[in-house]
Amino acid sequence: MDAIRAEGLRKRFGRVTALDGLSLTVESGSIFGFLGPNGAGKTTAIRILTGLAGADGGRAWLNGIEVAKGNGRTARLLGYLPQEPAFYPWMTAVEMMDHVARTFGLDSAERRRSGEELLTLCGLKEAARRRVGGFSGGMKQRLGIAQALVNRPAILLLDEPVSSLDPFGRKELLDLIDDLRGRCTVFMSTHILADVERICDTVGIIDRGRLIVQAPKKDLLETYAVPVFAIEADRGQEDALRSWTESLSRSPWLDSTVFPDKRTVRILVNDPAAAKRELLASAVRAGLVVTRFETVKPTLEDVFLKLVARAGD
Amino acid sequence: MGFGAAFRKEWLEQRRTFRLLIVAVVLLLFGLMSPLLARYTTEIIRLAAPQGEEIIKLIPPPTSGDAVDQYLKNITQFGVLLALLMTMGTMSLEKDRGTAALMLAKPLSRTAFVLGKFASLALTFTLSLLLAGAAGYYYTWILFGAPDLPGWLGLNLLTLVFLLVYVALTLLCSTLTKSQVLAGGMSFGLWIVLGLLGALPRVGDYLPRQLTDWAAKLGKGTGMVSTGDLSLLVDGRSGAFWPALAVSLGLIIASLLAACLIFNRQEL
Repeated sequence: MDAIRAEGLRKRFGRVTALDGLSLTVESGSIFGFLGPNGAGKTTAIRILTGLAGADGGRAWLNGIEVAKGNGRTARLLGYLPQEPAFYPWMTAVEMMDHVARTFGLDSAERRRSGEELLTLCGLKEAARRRVGGFSGGMKQRLGIAQALVNRPAILLLDEPVSSLDPFGRKELLDLIDDLRGRCTVFMSTHILADVERICDTVGIIDRGRLIVQAPKKDLLETYAVPVFAIEADRGQEDALRSWTESLSRSPWLDSTVFPDKRTVRILVNDPAAAKRELLASAVRAGLVVTRFETVKPTLEDVFLKLVARAGD
Repeated sequence: MGFGAAFRKEWLEQRRTFRLLIVAVVLLLFGLMSPLLARYTTEIIRLAAPQGEEIIKLIPPPTSGDAVDQYLKNITQFGVLLALLMTMGTMSLEKDRGTAALMLAKPLSRTAFVLGKFASLALTFTLSLLLAGAAGYYYTWILFGAPDLPGWLGLNLLTLVFLLVYVALTLLCSTLTKSQVLAGGMSFGLWIVLGLLGALPRVGDYLPRQLTDWAAKLGKGTGMVSTGDLSLLVDGRSGAFWPALAVSLGLIIASLLAACLIFNRQEL
């Protein structure tokens, strides 16, 4: 059975279409990366799955149970971490965990055990009896994860879980999510492609409220990735690099271009042989001083940018 | 679903954020001060204006009835202000900050969420009125002689109902918006409107303000058949206050129902 299934979800906010017939399925036990640019509809989709908002059209199911606003049956299956988790500032971390556990009807021994265990797991053991009002953004994020795991959820919905964490906290949290593989289904929205590439086994890309593609990460890279040439220009050549790249737009072998930084361009092509022949010669003709020229393996970012750009055309 | 958890959190919040302490201390102070003010008004005027003997002669000697009036006036005025201030952010802030979304993604019903808030506020005002009532009774007893105890209890019970009307109305206003200032403004407006309507002849007989007139009568021991039996709450005017009580209780129930229905339809 699919852990999450959505069919034709639609949602409008006034004149803005947040979801435009979103359909997806998430396999039980997988870590699903829900990728999309800002405003693509990721948070709206998650809010509908949690039952906090209703869809204007379409339906969704969690473990086969239809999602409805305020449905306690689906709420029992879920752990949910909002994009900016908010807590009662006067509560301590232990009290917050206890309060959440009470909503799931856990007995006192279970509440105490899960509270201690999860706060330790999320690196908040020392701060367990401190008031949440004094927590940093990273600590709140970790408390958010801890409270989302109180009920040992079958499905964990994480909305941009690492966005406010420093690199160290991010690594820890991603490791923690990785450890959940097979134990529960993780549905993680993000726009940080490196995180998805690192831990997700399935990827869904959403843009303008529609799912552009959904596939296992490996298949996605194989199917959609086109050969990539990385070209780095010398210092002071930034403008020259950009204008040369623009001059390539008429080349039949060009697919798209991405600038990871001002001195580097990643050129996606659909005819590697032709590109190999012409690229370097063209750069020399343009007087561009090149410090690096190589063929690289395509990344998820290349695929993402290519698909989102294509959907926007 | 989850009323116990919701109420427990709200009651903890009442204590931890000093709401209970503030309401209890303010009402207790007015409970203590009101009989004192009633008893020593002439002395205060004499101290403040030594030339005011002529004015003082016009003031009749203070009685326990003055203490009851003073108590009732202070407790209801400041009680309503406290009801507005303590309730106006209770729903709106949770929606605005996102705590409502975090908690309501769990198996906690929205109805329990709303009712837990009302129940904890009702408990805060009940305990605070108990304290204020005990203090007011004690000082009235010392300064004027023992007031009628069942009448005094009836007075405080009606005052509690009167205050809970404003707690429930403010809770409804707080449910309607994400801004606690707007919720406070709407509640304040309702207080003014109900106060103005309550002053109208006929219409006023059916509105919560009438409860304070009834409470004053009970506190002064007038309009009762006897003390200590259920007929205590029957007024001399053939039960003319009962409709106001029914309307007040109806307003509380209707406000809570509306708050639950509206909140159940809102998106978080």
